[in-house]
Amino acid sequence: MTLTGLFFYLFSAVLVASGLMVIAARQPVHSVLFLILGFVNAAGLFMLLGAEFLALILVVVYVGAVAVLFLFVVMMLDIDFAELRQGFLNYLPVGALVGVVILVELLVVVGGRAIAPEVVESVPVPIPDHDDVSNTEAIGQLLYTRYLFYFQAAGLILLVAMVGAIVLTLRHKEGVKRQSAAVQIARNPATAIEVRKVEPGKGLS
Amino acid sequence: MNQILPPTSDELLAILPELILAGGILVAMVLGVFLRRPIALVNGLSWLLLTAAAVAVLTIPLSGPVFHGALVLDPFARFMKVAVLIGSAVALAMAWSHGRQQRTQQFEFPVLILTATLGMMVMISAHDLIALYIGLELQSLSLYVLAAFNRDSVKSTEAGIKYFILGALSSGMLLYGISMVYGFTGQTSFPAVAEAVAGDASIGLIFGLVFLLIGLAFKIAAVPFHMWTPDVYQGAPTPVTAFFAAAPKLAAMALFVRVVTEPFGSVTADWQQIVTFIAIGSMVLGAFAAIGQTNIKRLMAYSSIGHVGFALVGLAAGTEEGVQGVLVYLVIYLAMTLGVFACILAMRKPDGMVEDIGSLAGISRTNPVMAFILAMLLFSLAGIPPLAGFFAKFYVFRAAIEADLFVLAVIGVLASVVGAFYYLRIIKLMYFDEPAGGFEPMPGTLRLVLGASGAFTIAFILFAGPVGELASTAAGGFF
Amino acid sequence: MGGFAETYFWPAVTMILTSVVAMLVLLVIIAYLLYADRKVWAAVQLRRGPNVVGPWGLLQSFADLLKFVFKEPIIPSGANKGIFLLAPLISTVLALAAWAVVPLDDGVVIADINVGVLYIFAISSLAVYGIIMGGWASNSKYPFLGALRSAAQMVSYEVSIGFVIICVLLVVGSLNLTDIVLAQAEGIGTAMGLAPSLLDWHWLILLPMFVVFFISALAETNRPPFDLPEAESELVAGYMSEYSSTPYVMFFLGEYVAITLMCALGTILFLGGWLPPLDVAWLNWVPGTVWFVAKTLFLFFLMAMVKAFVPRYRYDQLMRLGWKVFLPLSLAMVVAVAAVVQLTAEG
Repeated sequence: MTLTGLFFYLFSAVLVASGLMVIAARQPVHSVLFLILGFVNAAGLFMLLGAEFLALILVVVYVGAVAVLFLFVVMMLDIDFAELRQGFLNYLPVGALVGVVILVELLVVVGGRAIAPEVVESVPVPIPDHDDVSNTEAIGQLLYTRYLFYFQAAGLILLVAMVGAIVLTLRHKEGVKRQSAAVQIARNPATAIEVRKVEPGKGLS
Repeated sequence: MNQILPPTSDELLAILPELILAGGILVAMVLGVFLRRPIALVNGLSWLLLTAAAVAVLTIPLSGPVFHGALVLDPFARFMKVAVLIGSAVALAMAWSHGRQQRTQQFEFPVLILTATLGMMVMISAHDLIALYIGLELQSLSLYVLAAFNRDSVKSTEAGIKYFILGALSSGMLLYGISMVYGFTGQTSFPAVAEAVAGDASIGLIFGLVFLLIGLAFKIAAVPFHMWTPDVYQGAPTPVTAFFAAAPKLAAMALFVRVVTEPFGSVTADWQQIVTFIAIGSMVLGAFAAIGQTNIKRLMAYSSIGHVGFALVGLAAGTEEGVQGVLVYLVIYLAMTLGVFACILAMRKPDGMVEDIGSLAGISRTNPVMAFILAMLLFSLAGIPPLAGFFAKFYVFRAAIEADLFVLAVIGVLASVVGAFYYLRIIKLMYFDEPAGGFEPMPGTLRLVLGASGAFTIAFILFAGPVGELASTAAGGFF
Repeated sequence: MGGFAETYFWPAVTMILTSVVAMLVLLVIIAYLLYADRKVWAAVQLRRGPNVVGPWGLLQSFADLLKFVFKEPIIPSGANKGIFLLAPLISTVLALAAWAVVPLDDGVVIADINVGVLYIFAISSLAVYGIIMGGWASNSKYPFLGALRSAAQMVSYEVSIGFVIICVLLVVGSLNLTDIVLAQAEGIGTAMGLAPSLLDWHWLILLPMFVVFFISALAETNRPPFDLPEAESELVAGYMSEYSSTPYVMFFLGEYVAITLMCALGTILFLGGWLPPLDVAWLNWVPGTVWFVAKTLFLFFLMAMVKAFVPRYRYDQLMRLGWKVFLPLSLAMVVAVAAVVQLTAEG
């Protein structure tokens, strides 16, 4: 198990370091790239836990799609981030305070876990044995039975998000030429070409 | 447990109203996209769906937790669901009659009202922290979009963004609270959490409860988490504001009541002080901040904050009578607020809509019927007997006094006296000031809503008994 | 420390050696694929193609490689140096890394992981970073435009590839690449009483998905007719405009490794991997690896032909095809396949 431990510390250290760099990097594009590095390392941690499905889905969804769009937007923004950062230090005490409060609360929670170990046993759904089912199957079995309702409802939430984005941003421009593949394909010589007899010296009017 | 069990027919029957809405939403969207002029059809369909869902709620048998404890249909849920569906249906009808050339004439508008209503139904039925969160998000996300629906208006966009950012923040708080509760109990289902709490909340659980309540207080716009309300009410298109003030408030309050009484019912003392505090804050702020307002929508925003405070007084009592009071209060508030918004939607001068209070001056001479009913509604909002609003306040204050919360009750009465000032100011404006030009005649739907709301408010004394009884049955499940 | 050597050291050494050998073989194959690509292209256009270096021009790719490697790498002064150099590396390394899970024959695979398909999908979705980083770091207009185009294009077509993969997974019921191939030993043909043959493979039963996959693979790897990120008539060379020498070769290599990977994935998902086309003795004697390579080459040949005779798409046409044709089609197929699987499932 020493090797697993080694990898755990490797992934965690890089994850924390890149998380730090996300907020510390001067260049916003670098921030996004560090964010991506962070995601990949988090996926590595999932792998170590034996949750390979979650690990790869994390990579596919967050790194492959979400972060690409982040990068896309950040690259096109023309904002002087150095200027935005001015006065950053003024907020540091407040930020540090919030951080400390959250840290204390986390300690309370983790402390509670250490004090009350029976909580671990009272989780409603035990994790199925690794040898029986692959973890992809295990997720599927939970998601489509016990959590069926939540799964469907979450789908509706995504639908609302989509409808909202379209309602608030889509504008149909008038007077724009659009390509209609169906119309183009439906054209045939009879409708597209007109054969006219041109008399010499007259031309077509 | 390792085989796939499809939901049983009992389970499906228990969520029939939700299924009707969800299926209808999909159909309405397809119609909206593929038809050339879908709005009238989609509007009518949405209205039918809301009605059908309400009928379904009333006819299907009550049931215990379904879907592995996700949802429950108890008397409380039935009561609140019917109220919410009525609120949504009326708001939708008012929006339809209000805008001929408005942006609310897009087919997405009724669809988003439906999704919001579906979210509220899940919230009301939620019997698990995950269901709570999912319902809340479904509702909130629809509301964010609705607030910004008039995207070409700066105010509407501002309202949408403000609502979205603060709402997202509150959802974060809520989730943080949920995760703490889960961390300390290992459970998400309400009865299981209640069992794990068992009358003795550890410090971590209290943290979780506080964050949970902060998140919910945001959603019901209780002080000190009310900052978004005036701007959102003012900026959002008026039909949307009418919707905001009615159904979502009810659903969020229902959720609030359920969260504190079901999983945390055994640690009443721990949440009682929080609820008392936000109740006092809301009542006082609602009363004082409304005085200086000149925009009627902003005024209604502060009024709604104040009324949430009064409703919370009943909850602070932590007894069955208290919850009964909350329910009666909410129903009466729903009726009054819909009536007032019917009037606001009718504030149309020949050159467009107006929102400032001054334009109501002297309408007793130009629009006497509207002025009379609006006056009655405002008296009722102020809590003057024998109108409905008085009974609402009477129920919650009685519960508070029975629970020995004298200070709370006294502050509440004082706040309602201060609050009466700004309601009476409008009435004075309507009856004793020089006319500032009348309004266009009201569309039929608005008249109907206003008439019904006025009749309910004035004649509440006649059916105070049955409503109180229904509310008492609904509240009985918790204690 | 004997335990350490046995449990960690030697397996690691074998793993590294296998990987290096596999990589070398792959690169040599790629060199000849490049050559084949150009030859096919030339043949379609009635030209001779490369025929000078070595017999029949067989050493052309190596000559090109040497030429590029010995040139001076030029880094534009306004470029973001670190990212500029990182981009081609990412592009190549990722493309090569995906090969780790590709099974050439039953058991002939470097890492036989449970979620192999997902792994390939994840890695290929990362390929966009090489391009977008390179285009941005060049600090120049054309590369940047090329990078933006490619980001949008690859993200769009990933969606339909994802649905295609889901269809196959629904039929097979496993994410393991070896299982996917083995599941194709039986299918339509055997169900009708025939001996196992190429009729059993998924290409027939999922024909629409195979077509969608092939076209999406072209778009995903920026092959013509979807090579808009580097459309030379509009963008000089797109995201590669500012690259020269070894970094350029890395990009080029990464692109071809990714193309080959897509061909291999198509082979595994639809063409029965290493299974012989007919269950007769003399075909069974041919090693599975040979079948696998032959099928991959066949798909590559198709791609080369498409490059030769299909004109380039316009950008709006590309997006229309991806979002308005492939997405609904593949979604509908997922629903249909799921329904069929559910209805025909035993028990």
